Amino acid sequence: MRNAFADEITKLADADPRVVLLSGDIGNRLFNTFKEHHPDRFLNCGVAEANMIGVGAGMGLSGLRPVTYTITTFVTSRCYEQIKLDVCYHKAPVIITGVGAGLSYASLGPTHHSFEDIASLRALPGLTILCPADPWEVRAALRAALKLNGPVYLRLGKKGEPPLHADVPEFEIGRALVMREGTDVALLSTGNILPNVLAAAELLQAAGISAGVLNFHTVKPLDQERLQQVFGGTKLVATIEEHSLIGGFGSAVAEWAADQGPFPARLVRFGIPDRFIHEAGNQKYARKKAGLSAEAIAERIKEQFHK
Amino acid sequence: MNIEELKKTAARVRGKVVELSHRAKTPHLGSSLSCVDILVAAYWEVLRIDPARPADPNRDRFILSKGHAATTLYTVLAYRGFFPEDKLKEYNVEGCSLQEHPGPICAPGVEAATGSLGHGICIGLGMALAARIQKQDYRVLAVLSDGECNEGSVWEAALFGAANKLSNMTIVVDYNKWQATGRSNEVLGLAPLRDKWSTFGWEAHEVDGHDLAVLAELMSRPPNPDGRPRAIVANTVKGKGVSFMEDDNNWHYKTPNEDELHRALVELGLI
Repeated sequence: MRNAFADEITKLADADPRVVLLSGDIGNRLFNTFKEHHPDRFLNCGVAEANMIGVGAGMGLSGLRPVTYTITTFVTSRCYEQIKLDVCYHKAPVIITGVGAGLSYASLGPTHHSFEDIASLRALPGLTILCPADPWEVRAALRAALKLNGPVYLRLGKKGEPPLHADVPEFEIGRALVMREGTDVALLSTGNILPNVLAAAELLQAAGISAGVLNFHTVKPLDQERLQQVFGGTKLVATIEEHSLIGGFGSAVAEWAADQGPFPARLVRFGIPDRFIHEAGNQKYARKKAGLSAEAIAERIKEQFHK
Repeated sequence: MNIEELKKTAARVRGKVVELSHRAKTPHLGSSLSCVDILVAAYWEVLRIDPARPADPNRDRFILSKGHAATTLYTVLAYRGFFPEDKLKEYNVEGCSLQEHPGPICAPGVEAATGSLGHGICIGLGMALAARIQKQDYRVLAVLSDGECNEGSVWEAALFGAANKLSNMTIVVDYNKWQATGRSNEVLGLAPLRDKWSTFGWEAHEVDGHDLAVLAELMSRPPNPDGRPRAIVANTVKGKGVSFMEDDNNWHYKTPNEDELHRALVELGLI
């Protein structure tokens, strides 16, 4: 994802003189081409994220289109107030990019985990939250975010995410993508957990359950039309995300369903339990522990479906 | 404007600020009074602004990073012609736009919403950098409180401004020696404040923050050709201009009653 991000932001900056890239002292060689093309529009802001967000807001209020880039937890939890006041309160067109979201940096420990970011940021008025699922969607999301002219949080994995599209997909903010049709169960996925969700749908198919997969790349605003459709026409709806069960995508969907229901469909949520992860292990390991492997997702859906 | 007229303007601003605090029963009066001369010098002598064109892309930007002195900003903007003086009657009135801290769309001339400390300077640096990138020659002036210099983000900004040679940025610290509950030199050992800014790579000065001529001259100087941004540590008196409020930190939260308002206006030569 980060390579796609670096390539796409360089192309966007080539085409749009307002695009400025602010980095929080990461991506050593990642942005070399950007720096070559636009030395005056690349700024290493150092390990000073609060200031970086404020600077970005000032630029956004002065005709530029700043894009900030650093590790998710440092650019969300650490400088939450700057996002709230400098960016959102001013409606400044800043794209806040968090790389290594969820369990991407699982082996680095809880200092580098970020599974509370959607919960906290979702409460900020006017902030669009985009969670692309693959490198192609990263490109699409960046393009859409630049056109939006308002505050955006762009939640990325790190690198090596498998491509799930053949090219840049049709991408409209607030409009979920249908990844797979299905009639028994609707699996609603956000962000880079999508490959596991697609694999879970395959396992369910083999077990005789037809599972549709919907890709909610936008957590805010939610695709309400699509939610209305799946909650009205499916027995079981599941949300899957690499984020805490508290306050994330699944919570947003549950809130929506509580406000808009009653619905015939039941909702089950997959996410990270409410605890710090003290055990060493990579992303795959941590996902498995959190019940987010394809097998674990399929098993629990089966149980719930036959309940 | 000559100095005598500037002084009269500052006295009028002070009178209105005391009146607003009295009428709306809002705190931070001492902090609002200490920075009046800084804002008067800036708005009448320094900033390249046209009140009729508050969104001119090449205007100088002024940011009140110490947003709790909002009444001073509102009054100065009104007297300078950004909006009718009548609008000040809306201050802290239900349903109106002038809140106790300036919002982003509350009135023409307000460049940034502030109130939480340690934000305005960072936003200002972004504006200063935007000028460079867009090849514009506007400048940015931000006024901070001394208590505000407790915030880590201020020192992140100090590093950033110097590292990027943002000489089109000037900050003034309203050094009134008090923060909410104690002496700013004691709470977190702020002194020597000028040296701190200097060591961080800024062209740092320490001046009498109530000397309008000195403030105007210093803030008007062209950007330093060596790229250093400018920091002016302005020694001020909290509650300045009203004898019974001066250097008395009770006026951080206290609001004046009818009699106190009257006495203040008499002292300021306004009645």
